[in-house]
This record gives sequence, structure tokens and C-alpha cells, in this order.
Amino acid sequence: MLRNSPPGSADIGALERKANLLRRHMLTMARGQGQGYIGQGLGIADTLAALYFHELRYDPHNLAWADRDRFLLSTGHYSIALWAALAEAGIIAVEELGTYGADNSRLEMSTLDTTPGVEMIGGSLGHGLGQGVGQALGLRVDNSDARVFVELSDGEMQEGSTWEAAMSASHFKLDGLVALIDCNGIQADGPVVLDMEPVADKWRAFGWQTSEIDGNDMTAVVGALADARDRNGKPKAIVLRTLPGKGVPRIETSEKSHFFRIDVAQWDGLIAEFEKSVGAVR
Amino acid sequence: MEAGRTLAMGQDEAIGGGRHSVEAPFGKALARLGQSRPDIVGLTADLGKYTDILPFRDAFPDRFFNVGMAEQNLVAVAAGLARTGKMPFATTYGVFATRRAYDFVAIALAHSNLNVKIVAGLPGLTTGYGGTHQAIEDLALMRMIPGLTIIDPCDATEIEAATAAIADHAGPVYMRLLRGTVPVVFEPGYRFEIGKARRLREGSDVGIISTGFMTERALDAADALRKQGISAGVLHVPTIKPFDAEAVTDFAAGAGQIVTMENHVVVGGLASLVVETLFDAGMAKTVTRIGLPDRYIECGAVPTLQAKYGLTTEAVIKTITSLS
Repeated sequence: MLRNSPPGSADIGALERKANLLRRHMLTMARGQGQGYIGQGLGIADTLAALYFHELRYDPHNLAWADRDRFLLSTGHYSIALWAALAEAGIIAVEELGTYGADNSRLEMSTLDTTPGVEMIGGSLGHGLGQGVGQALGLRVDNSDARVFVELSDGEMQEGSTWEAAMSASHFKLDGLVALIDCNGIQADGPVVLDMEPVADKWRAFGWQTSEIDGNDMTAVVGALADARDRNGKPKAIVLRTLPGKGVPRIETSEKSHFFRIDVAQWDGLIAEFEKSVGAVR
Repeated sequence: MEAGRTLAMGQDEAIGGGRHSVEAPFGKALARLGQSRPDIVGLTADLGKYTDILPFRDAFPDRFFNVGMAEQNLVAVAAGLARTGKMPFATTYGVFATRRAYDFVAIALAHSNLNVKIVAGLPGLTTGYGGTHQAIEDLALMRMIPGLTIIDPCDATEIEAATAAIADHAGPVYMRLLRGTVPVVFEPGYRFEIGKARRLREGSDVGIISTGFMTERALDAADALRKQGISAGVLHVPTIKPFDAEAVTDFAAGAGQIVTMENHVVVGGLASLVVETLFDAGMAKTVTRIGLPDRYIECGAVPTLQAKYGLTTEAVIKTITSLS
């Protein structure tokens, strides 16, 4: 069983290496199908590394543990990043990552909750935060101190249900609920099509304790998560400014980064570019 | 029939005349269940007073959550609670639980077979507030959701029995609510079982297959028809899904022709289920469908509207006696 690491105890260098290991897995997974939501996955890698290898309390050998912290991936299409994290966390086998997106694989391109370690069906955007509110209420009824982390995205804030959930979380004073808002600036139709700024002010106005950080800066991510541990009667929002495709310059600068479909030889080129950018990962 | 009044918030006057009645049978049954079932939690979306759930809130204030006017969130929060081992009973009006929160019911609840009970007020034509409040197509919408159990109870006795039965059933449920002063049609010994139809009257000329409060009218109509020399049987089908096809085919085999009766549009609900069932069984029967037309219903007093659309006992008798 893993307990939350004490604040200030994080080995930032080790977490950064873990994030790059997740990225390396993702690139290999996308190469296998020649496609995937790689831009989003690379962008959120630092957050998932900080959660699964520092912040979350869970037992990879007892996924039903009632007092586990929950991580809900509301953007089901970010599954590529979750599978990589679950593999490194020992919840699924690293070898299984090669089946990403293949017929009959448990590692779908958009999450279903039949895969171990998945706490909700993501993908119908706007579903995650409300389910996180419900889980946090249930944990409160049980007098559990476990927390609930919900990842959602900037585009997802356009779904009205996100704000229904935001209102109820502060009304019920769910201070063990942490929203991780991935602001990567892209959505299906291209760059964010409906301006959501000022994002942090919106969450503050809804009664959330809110921080806004560079989501690809591990020190900042770990620090914001530490600040979110206060049980002070307020839900916590961390606005993560992330770079889609982080670590692979050609994806970072691509205009097509919502969904990538390219041939295998080009994936090899991207992987080489990644290793040149971040150094050898193992 | 004397015209009734439409009261505040779509509140309707009591359905049925001359029978004993029970106040808030659902809320009282849920509060009783809460004593022995600590996993039960109550939720509503600003319609606690109008869905009879306040007896549960008063008994268990720490297990009751009002999420405000936000039905998508109502269902999402219920799903989250279910994932921590709770059994949420979530109330709102049928129109909002279906049209407004449909994706959440389908994906957040039913896809994961979560143990949430949605209890939906103002089913069919039980309010005079028009299309915004009349859930006339809810059974059809909810039928399309895999794994969802759907109940349309007839009376106070059945509401109480069904509340206990759905709590014993692991999985998502949509139950239509009869609220306020609810008549007692069935005897206290009436047995409700999810997925089972009940044959309440035997008769060979006409076989009436009914659901919800239309069964009360079917029984009254059958008694009146008998005096006119027409032998009418009544099969009550309180569970719309899973549908008791075997009971329907057995019942239909003994009837000259079939009449379906539902407080719902005649598209996609009981009538459609009966026709599909008979067709699948290779049974050629004339089926007359009593129910609401495929259109929006206007505002007005409930008795006036029910008479206009052929749902009253008198209208049902007239329809059946006019059959050749």
C-alpha cells in the first residue's frame, strides 16, 4: 500500500524521469496503432507522474480498498496517459501497453471502467466532476479521509454540467476534492473555440481554492498538490497550463495535435526526436 | 366529470375517486427502509417537496443531498455515491430525469450497472403544466437504455412494495412516482415482483393489458363491461423492463382481442412492447392502443385533459364497447 508522500519529500528529478518514462510508453503505444491522442497524453504526463508516484494513496494489489484516493480521468481520450501510469504503478502489465487501441484490448482509446484502476467511464465530457462530487460525498458519509482527484480539460469547461458540479462541490464543502484542469489550448475543432478565460477566476468565483501553474513544471505541480491537501472546507482547483505534445518538438508545434494519425516510420522519427529532446529514458 | 384545478409547481389533484388513499407512500416507504439499510442515501434536484422524499430527509438528514436545479449533476453525483457503496434514491420530475439527464443516465449509471434508483414525478398526464412538465414519452426513452429496470406502479400499495423491491435489486432503476394523495387499489397482500405481470381479472372477449395508474381504470372498466355482457380480462404490467413477455402471450392467447392502456404516448411504450411481443410469438391479434397521441399536450386541468385524451374510466369503457 502506498501512502501519500509527506509534502516536501518529493524527489523532483525522479518524478521528472518518471514523467518521461510515461511519455516514452505513450509514443510506443501510439506507434503501434499509428495513431492516438498523443498530444494530450504527453502534456498531462507530469501531472500523472506526480499523482501516481507521489500524491495518491492507493494499493496496486487492492484496487477496491475503500480508503483509497480516487483518480477520475474525465477526458476518456487521454487514456493513453492513464494506461502508461497504471502500468508503471503496477496495476496493469507494461507488456499490455502494446495492445493500446487494438481490437479486444482492455486499453481502449477512450476509457471504459472495465479496465483495472479506472474509476469512471470517461469520454462523454462533463461527466467527471459530478461523479467526483458524489464519490467525495460518499467518502464523507463513511468518515473516510480519502480524497478524490478529477482531471478535466479546458474544452470540457464548455459543458454546463461541469459548472453544476463546481457549484455543488463548494456548497457541500468538499475539501477532499481536487479538480485538475488541463488547459492545453486545443479541442476537437482546433485551438480552443470558445474562450474560457479567465479560467482561475471562474473557479475562484465558484468557491474553489484555486492555483494556476505551469503543468509541465514538476516542482510547481508537486507544490500545488501539496497546497491542495488542506482540509479547510473548500474544494481545490489546480489550473494546469500544459503544452500538448510536450517533449516532442514536432508535436508541440503541430496544428493537428488533437488527434495524430501518421505512419510507423514517422513515429520512429518522433521517438528519436523525443529521445534527443529529453535524453535516453529508462 | 368536474373540472379540477392545477396547483402550484405542477401539483395535481388526487387521481381516482372513492378509494382509500395514502399520503406520500414513496417517501414513507423509503424512510422505513432507511432504518434497516444504512447504505440508502436520498438526493433531489430542488424537488424534494414535490417528489415526496422529505420523510426520508427528516429521518436521515446526514444521508440526504439536495443538489439544486441541476439534473445532470443529480445523476452524476448519484453515480459517484454508488461507486462508494451507497444506494442513492434520486428524485426529480420524469421530464428532467429523461430528456435533460439522458446521457448521464445512459453512460454514468447504466453503462456501469450502478446501483442508483431514479424516482420520477409527474409521469404522463398527471399535471396540467403542458409539455414542459408532462413526461409522456419517458418509458420509451428509458426503454432504450440497456440494463435499466423500469417500473410504472399503479397505486400506493404498489409504490410501497416496489420501493422495497428495487432496493433489493442490484442495478439502476427508473421508477415512475405517484405522489401526494395516492389511491389504494390493490389489497395489502398484493405481491410486487420486478419483471412479473399480474393477472387481475379473467375474461375472454377482451384482454386489457395495462400499466401504471391505468390499471385502476382497467379494473373499473372491466367491472362495468361485465354488467354489459362483455367479458374483459386485465393483465397488469408494472415492470416495463424487463418485460414479462411470457405472461403477455399466455394472457393474449385467451382473449379475443387485445386493448393496451398506458399513461404514456402509444409510441415506444407498453403498446409497442405488446405488439412486438405478440409478433415475435407469431400471434395475430387485433390490438387497440389506449394512450396519448404522438404530440405535445396542452396546459389545462388534469381531469379535463385525461377525458380529452381518452384516459378516464368512462372514456376507456366507451372505446372498448365501440370495438367490433
